[in-house]
Amino acid sequence: MYAQMVTSEATQDDPEKLAAFQARIDAGEKIEPKDWMPEGYRKTLIRQIGQHAHSEIVGQLPEGNWITRAPTLERKAILLAKVQDEAGHGLYLYCAAETLGVSRDELTEALLAGKMKYSSIFNYPTLTWADIGAVGWLVDGAAIMNQVPLQRTSFGPYSRAMIRICKEESFHQRQGFDIMRKMATGTEAQRRMAQDALNRFWYPSLMMFGPSDKDSVHSAQSMRWKIKMNTNDELRQKFVDQTVPQAEYLGLTVPDPDLRWNAEKGGYDFSEPDWTEFFEVLKGNGPCNAERLAARQKAWDDGAWVREGLMAHAAKRAAAPLAAE
Amino acid sequence: MSAVVDLDAAMFEGLCRLGDSTLVLGHRVSEWCGHAPVLEEDIALANTALDLIGQTQMWLGLAGEVEGRGRTADALAFHRDVWEFRNLLLVERPNGDFGHTLMRQFLFDAWHQPMLAGLAQSQDARVAEIAEKAGKEVAYHLERSADLVIRLGDGSDESHARMQDALDMLWPYTGEMMVPDATDIALAEAGIMPDLTGLRGTWDALVRDVLAEATLVIPDGSFMHKGGKQGQHSEHLGHMLAIMQFLPRAYPDATW
Ligand SMILES: [Fe+2]
Ligand SMILES: [Fe+2]
Ligand SMILES: [Fe+2]
Repeated sequence: MYAQMVTSEATQDDPEKLAAFQARIDAGEKIEPKDWMPEGYRKTLIRQIGQHAHSEIVGQLPEGNWITRAPTLERKAILLAKVQDEAGHGLYLYCAAETLGVSRDELTEALLAGKMKYSSIFNYPTLTWADIGAVGWLVDGAAIMNQVPLQRTSFGPYSRAMIRICKEESFHQRQGFDIMRKMATGTEAQRRMAQDALNRFWYPSLMMFGPSDKDSVHSAQSMRWKIKMNTNDELRQKFVDQTVPQAEYLGLTVPDPDLRWNAEKGGYDFSEPDWTEFFEVLKGNGPCNAERLAARQKAWDDGAWVREGLMAHAAKRAAAPLAAE
Repeated sequence: MSAVVDLDAAMFEGLCRLGDSTLVLGHRVSEWCGHAPVLEEDIALANTALDLIGQTQMWLGLAGEVEGRGRTADALAFHRDVWEFRNLLLVERPNGDFGHTLMRQFLFDAWHQPMLAGLAQSQDARVAEIAEKAGKEVAYHLERSADLVIRLGDGSDESHARMQDALDMLWPYTGEMMVPDATDIALAEAGIMPDLTGLRGTWDALVRDVLAEATLVIPDGSFMHKGGKQGQHSEHLGHMLAIMQFLPRAYPDATW
């Protein structure tokens, strides 16, 4: 999922207001920006939506890495459209966050200062064309697992953003799978690239859901508020159960010797990812953390004159409304 | 009709000029993906690149059909070398800062739109149909690039200086668009493509208006680079093709 390990804020609000608020959520009502909400709800949502938005934006980089090298004009067009969609998702989500009283620029500055995170997955490199398939298939696939239930989240603008986003994400996942299918059934070199991509992206994809949170107080609060709909383990299990048969269909091997169907639970038993690696990536020590943040910082710095120039022009127009036309 | 030029050959050439220009510019614009100054621009640049790649598929697809040797749009895009590319020199200029990218887009769009309007009147129905479709997209490109040139030209001191710098650098690459060679003349005489000299008036008027509103000054001097559409390129194009064509060239047996 794109929002990992979002800690919920403790709330010190009036217990009566809190109870009424909880009752609205329990009744399935949507909370809108102008409604009263506990400070903890607001802050947790800002953190979660902001992290999700940052993930969409930083997520453009590993895929953008292959736009100029896409192997056919059609694949280039499809990838361009996908990366454009991701930027659009970022935009919807920043707008949803703005309704909670935080500006896009503030969120961007927090990202660049290292005060806000984005999904760990985007700190892994895309090394071959098969990685573009793997990202669509696995990364968008994992994102969908998390985002489909979030369409029912309690905060109205977030829920509506998710509904728009989910339509596009499932399209992305199908396109990624289509690249994988082409690669897995292609030449020997393509087949090897496909397997290699699965080998490298399997565990980082499982990490996207975050470590087990079944005993976490924060998660329990977020679930009561319906800004988190399932536990990390539930979503991870669903993802594995969906993905393993797809890998089999492709003739690829999931890089987990302990992967086994468990008839009793009606799902697969599988190995945990290396959580030490996950925490290192979150700390900034993933293979691409430095490059990803540097790219965003450079875009921000290099773009300063453009943003200032546009504001200067708007100010001139405002000062001389008649001269403008 | 000019007897010295084989019309099919001229048409193949003319279609490659269109398709290669959209391909090369689309590639350049796509290099911005994820790096633009504001999120809205990231989206708009990707959208422009996407339109241009789509137009490339149509122009080069038709070029392959006209040539009749079984070459697809992909074969033309990914399996020709620098000297066989027929794009304008303007579109292979490196991105530079956002101001250069934007100015390059505007100077091209200001030509591209009347060019497509002319092509939409083509005697060849296939050409007219593509131009009709592309024309709608390009009208929007021009609206957007002209608007941004005005806003940044007449913006802050720094944005003004950067836009003027971009104009000074790129201006000498604009002449080629409106100077016809034997191929262009043959195509115009056959009613397949518009007379390039006829585009000059529209282009001049539009560019002068927009640059004046942007408080930018057209550079002195009449020197113009040329050669792109005859296959004489700058050093930049080879590097672009090395990136663009890497996969199909490295794995010639593969389909994707
Ligand atoms: Fe997305
Ligand atoms: Fe995504
Ligand atoms: Fe996506």
